Amino acid sequence: MKTIYLDNAATSFPKPDAMLAAMISYQQTIGANPGRSGHGLCIDAGRIVYETREILARLFNIDDPLCLALTKNSTEALNIALQGTLKPGDHIITSAMEHNSVMRPLRFLESQGVKVSVIPCSPRGELDPDDISKAVRNDTRMVVLTHASNVTGTIFPIEAVGLRLKEQGDIIFCVDAAQTAGALPVDVQRMKIDILAFTGHKSLYGPQGTGGLYIRKGLEKKIPPLMMGGTGSRSEFEKQPDFMPDKYESGTPNTIGIAGLGAGANFISGKTIAVIRAKEEQLTARFLDHMIALRDRVVVYGLNNAAIQTAVVSFNVRNITPSDAALYFEEKWGILCRPGLHCAPSAHRTIGTFPQGTVRFSFGFLNTSEDADYAAEAIIGLINR
Amino acid sequence: MTDPSSQAVVLFASISHALRAEKIIKAQNISCKLIPVPRHLSSDCGVCLRFNLSDRNLLENILQGKLDFFEIMSL
Repeated sequence: MKTIYLDNAATSFPKPDAMLAAMISYQQTIGANPGRSGHGLCIDAGRIVYETREILARLFNIDDPLCLALTKNSTEALNIALQGTLKPGDHIITSAMEHNSVMRPLRFLESQGVKVSVIPCSPRGELDPDDISKAVRNDTRMVVLTHASNVTGTIFPIEAVGLRLKEQGDIIFCVDAAQTAGALPVDVQRMKIDILAFTGHKSLYGPQGTGGLYIRKGLEKKIPPLMMGGTGSRSEFEKQPDFMPDKYESGTPNTIGIAGLGAGANFISGKTIAVIRAKEEQLTARFLDHMIALRDRVVVYGLNNAAIQTAVVSFNVRNITPSDAALYFEEKWGILCRPGLHCAPSAHRTIGTFPQGTVRFSFGFLNTSEDADYAAEAIIGLINR
Repeated sequence: MTDPSSQAVVLFASISHALRAEKIIKAQNISCKLIPVPRHLSSDCGVCLRFNLSDRNLLENILQGKLDFFEIMSL
């Protein structure tokens, strides 16, 4: 039986050959610690890290690549942004569709005296930018939003929110692009994003353990790091550097992973986001078209419109639990997907699927039309079981 | 060997800054090389960018506004 991987929203797989080639090449020919000495291999390692920063900066329209700190994932980046910025008494606005990478730090901060407003979304997972604007108060310090839901794929109106917030005062706009970096255009300047958190292991086609944090120039002065330590810079001082990117990059980095991330992001840039988006949209549309005929038995959540969602589809087959369905898909069809709550309980409450959750099929650029057809066939197989 | 008195170095906040500067400078076809920071200039463990003193003004103009912190020192 073949294996069809439809869990790309968790981690993309397979990866472009160039990703592994870059990792092997680093380990075989360089291997040294970037920025911890002045010898040739150290500089070569530093170049790999720097080049990755540049590729990512170009992808997100960030003027200065040094405003981009590399992290181990989106979660780390979000924790730096949220825990670093918010003080007791501050007010933060977020949406009901957020992942626990946002919700959990916010619930912790709430217990420390930060005031948290969670803006409800429609049962299809849509956010109205007006609702964000209306929730802004004098003490609002930050708005944090996902760019697209990891449960329904619903794309949020990030640019509309960003533009309004800039008119409403000095409010930091933080965006979680875990689901969209590499899959949709992300432009920090056009979208008025002050802080961008992203991961490398999903649509940027890097390895696990890579990601990043962009902070608008100057804003880092107000955001202390979560971790401190050696940075290879200012070694004579025992005080943590206060400049980007060193401030948030203590300890030896994941250079081999960063080499892979650079190659993955290069793959994206080479194909262009437009081409990647068109392919993922086509796969999603094809799968959703198959679902129309099954609507008496299959409930598809979210917008049900490939043009305005990512390549993520959440559904349930009536009277079959998501975990039973996922087991059947794997055992009988070789389809690997993700059932349950997808680390986003609030999103599932919003779409009415808490606590049982949904089955999530998430396509990637390297899936084929045949995969989308096969996925639909498997659902028909489950219904007729 | 080049006479050290005809060369100088640029010190940066970190290797990331040094690598960015190297790329910007090389793109302008100005000769430069990343070397370990000479001990007598700084106790920092990082790298600095060595260049020909004759390119000093050119180099300063190129880096101005692109990098927050850099310091030019004679060797």
